[in-house]
Amino acid sequence: MALDKTEYSMSAAEKMSNGAVGRNKNGVRVDRLDGHVHQNGSVKKEKRRPFIESFEKIPLLTAATTFIGFHLILLMGYITSIIFTPKVAREKNRKGYVPLYDRFESFYSRYVYRRLRDCWNIPICSCPGSEVTLKDRVTHDCGWTFEYTGTRSTALNLGSYNYLGFAQAEGSCSEDSAVKIKELGCATASPRIEFGTQKIHQELEALTAKFVGMEDAITFGMGFATNALNLPSIVSKGCLVVSDEKNHASLILGLRLSGATIDVFKHNNMESLRQVLHSAVIKGQPRSHRPWKKILIVVEGVYSMEGSIVRLPEILELKRQYKAYLYVDEAHSIGAIGRNGRGVVDYFGVDPKEVDILMGTYTKSFGSAGGYIAGSKAFIDHMRVNSHANCYATSMSSSCAQQIISSMKIIMGMDGTNEGKKRINQLARNSRYFRRRLNQMGIITIGNNDSPVVPMMVYMHSKIASVVRRLKTNNIAVVGVGFPATPLMEGRIRFCLSAAHTKEQLDNALVHVEEAADFLGLRYSRKRRSKEPVHYSDSESEVE
Amino acid sequence: MVGKYIQIGERNCLNLGTNNYLGMIENPEIEKSALECLSHYGVGSCGPRGFYGTTEVHLDLEDKLAEYMKCEEAVVYSYGFSTIASAIPAYAKRSDVIFVDEMVNFAIQKGLDASRSQINYFKHNDMEDLERLLMEQADLDRKNPKKAKRTRRFLVAEGIYMNTGLMAPLPKLLELREKYKLRFFLDEAISFGTIGKTGHGLTEHFNIDPSEIDMISGSLENSIGSIGGFCVGSHFIIEHQRLSGLGYCFSASAPPLLMAAAITALDIMQRDPSIFQTLRDNSTFIHSQLSSQLPSDLRVHGHPESVIKHIRLANPSGDKVADEQLLNEIVDK
Repeated sequence: MALDKTEYSMSAAEKMSNGAVGRNKNGVRVDRLDGHVHQNGSVKKEKRRPFIESFEKIPLLTAATTFIGFHLILLMGYITSIIFTPKVAREKNRKGYVPLYDRFESFYSRYVYRRLRDCWNIPICSCPGSEVTLKDRVTHDCGWTFEYTGTRSTALNLGSYNYLGFAQAEGSCSEDSAVKIKELGCATASPRIEFGTQKIHQELEALTAKFVGMEDAITFGMGFATNALNLPSIVSKGCLVVSDEKNHASLILGLRLSGATIDVFKHNNMESLRQVLHSAVIKGQPRSHRPWKKILIVVEGVYSMEGSIVRLPEILELKRQYKAYLYVDEAHSIGAIGRNGRGVVDYFGVDPKEVDILMGTYTKSFGSAGGYIAGSKAFIDHMRVNSHANCYATSMSSSCAQQIISSMKIIMGMDGTNEGKKRINQLARNSRYFRRRLNQMGIITIGNNDSPVVPMMVYMHSKIASVVRRLKTNNIAVVGVGFPATPLMEGRIRFCLSAAHTKEQLDNALVHVEEAADFLGLRYSRKRRSKEPVHYSDSESEVE
Repeated sequence: MVGKYIQIGERNCLNLGTNNYLGMIENPEIEKSALECLSHYGVGSCGPRGFYGTTEVHLDLEDKLAEYMKCEEAVVYSYGFSTIASAIPAYAKRSDVIFVDEMVNFAIQKGLDASRSQINYFKHNDMEDLERLLMEQADLDRKNPKKAKRTRRFLVAEGIYMNTGLMAPLPKLLELREKYKLRFFLDEAISFGTIGKTGHGLTEHFNIDPSEIDMISGSLENSIGSIGGFCVGSHFIIEHQRLSGLGYCFSASAPPLLMAAAITALDIMQRDPSIFQTLRDNSTFIHSQLSSQLPSDLRVHGHPESVIKHIRLANPSGDKVADEQLLNEIVDK
């Protein structure tokens, strides 16, 4: 993606960086992202990593049918609401009060969402590993109420965030956690700054800092709260935050609570980011035109709804140029991508200290709960005193902390085995294999080839529910996402691969997905489909 | 373990600093049920409630809480702070009005910020001030009846205030609620499991039917000795949070072992109501002893039965820095 040369002049050295757009057919962009290291005026040839992302556009006919379909659903809901009385409880003893809910909101949740309600909130009765036991339930009245049938069914789990397969009830991690519960109890009932800091928290912080490659780290009991309660201590009124349009709700909440000015740039679009930064630096604060106190770029490592990976080297280049700070939320990328599982900085081979603030959660790849923020020692010392979560929210449970310590040691190879390496390779292999097989079927998947999240586009709301139900009868548990979590026309099924999945399990799933694709018409892709068999071998993984 | 005694450096001190009101943290039954759950479910739940993060344990806990508080439904969050901070913005939006006590805790303040509504603070536990604000709002409504029909009005109070140790005058608040048609949210983070003959909170203490209050929110981190929070109320109100509570929908569900610990704690609370009498006796004893034995320049604040006691300077000099220095010296001694 060449930077626009008319806006400012680039030095000869800069012109050689960031490659040019390769072929641009059907939304596939093959870029060559190389770290530009200059030696005597020439670019040192570094190992080139192909950055293959695909965002194939929706076919026009599908867009039209999705649009019409959605409005038909609304119309049917409206007619139903007039003819039949709703079974939902009405408010008691509140006559004369202003209605609590918005009319459209309650209509949507009762007459549109309710009909598809059985696809979400499915209760489980076992550990969410590669296979999960679901509690069966039926609805006899189109989704108003559910009844448990008393039976259970085991399904392949393609919905839980279990990237490295640490969601296990047996194994060294669980045993260590059990020991810690007996020693330290379940909770501390106190915020960190009062009496909630135990030795295990300090051990965890030191280990996390070592894992991500930063000077120091601070941990919190909940991943969502890590973003929402710490961003107000980092930025305040008079600061500018440039955030990606697809950022997570916790980031948006944290930024809103901070009072800073927020500017949004198009998802993963470096030209849009450059324009926003450029105009911010030139114009300054809204009325006074004074320079901003600081500019913070907030992005995520792997976007869980799109499956895309952030373009880190390009953002670092822009950050250096415009003297902005960078905050990367690695909730889905820590442990899941990178040669050693250390996240986006490891994936791109960048020095972690170039990113100012690295944030992540322990829920996905470590099979525990909680979040962390890592950065320089001075920054973390500031957070220890000023973070809202540190001062007012309870500290992490010791069992969760121990689970993280055990699993992190395995990933780092500190337990003396190569179990960690095996898991990272397995995950990379699974992600690439699954995505290539889906593409071969003609199904549109979006996002980066290396991301462990594979969203399969189905577009229509009714198809989201049909695919989820159909795959459930074939004992495959998947997750469907639609409006309002995604744009209106872009309903999708999101597969989350795991290192615990074997090739046989994936092949079985793919057989059923292909059946569903034929039955429901999901082969939307207009790209040429290769007939060569997709290999499942080490040479396919990103580890070279 | 941070229980009755706490080890700081070399010294073993009596613990008067953590929120372990019923001593559940050292209870062996709770430890046993947590270990059992760990051997079945592992540690983390690996997903939000909507995407295979709902286990049987979560559903059990919600049913038990609803039954315990005599309400229709309960919703459980994975962190105490996020509970009230997500619950308030789920109902109150930009065009609404919220009346809240000025001494509410930090989590409620964050919830109010996130809701973007117009906030009216009334003086701490001062019902006349609240009535004055309500009458002003009623005047505004009379001038603009069309807008008044769309503006929702909320009242937020805490059972026992973390910042002062005093109890909210619940009967008077309910009277005002009825008169001015407000929606009442009560945060019982501290009063749940500590006040009332059998620990049901402020509603039991004042002998009021819990359904009079629109939503009661509580914490599993204080009396129950686990991690998390919950909201109870009628089905009509609580169901809404399952789709609009940010901390519920966009966050991983709580680790099942902590939920199992909470269920066991609730069972203990129901089985053995004498612990509440012991707690109440301890609180009133400390209050009376502190009131009589403290030196004259210190005073104890807080309701006699409250588990939170504040010791303050009897005559604050007005200079925050000097006062803090003096208090630090006292603490170090």
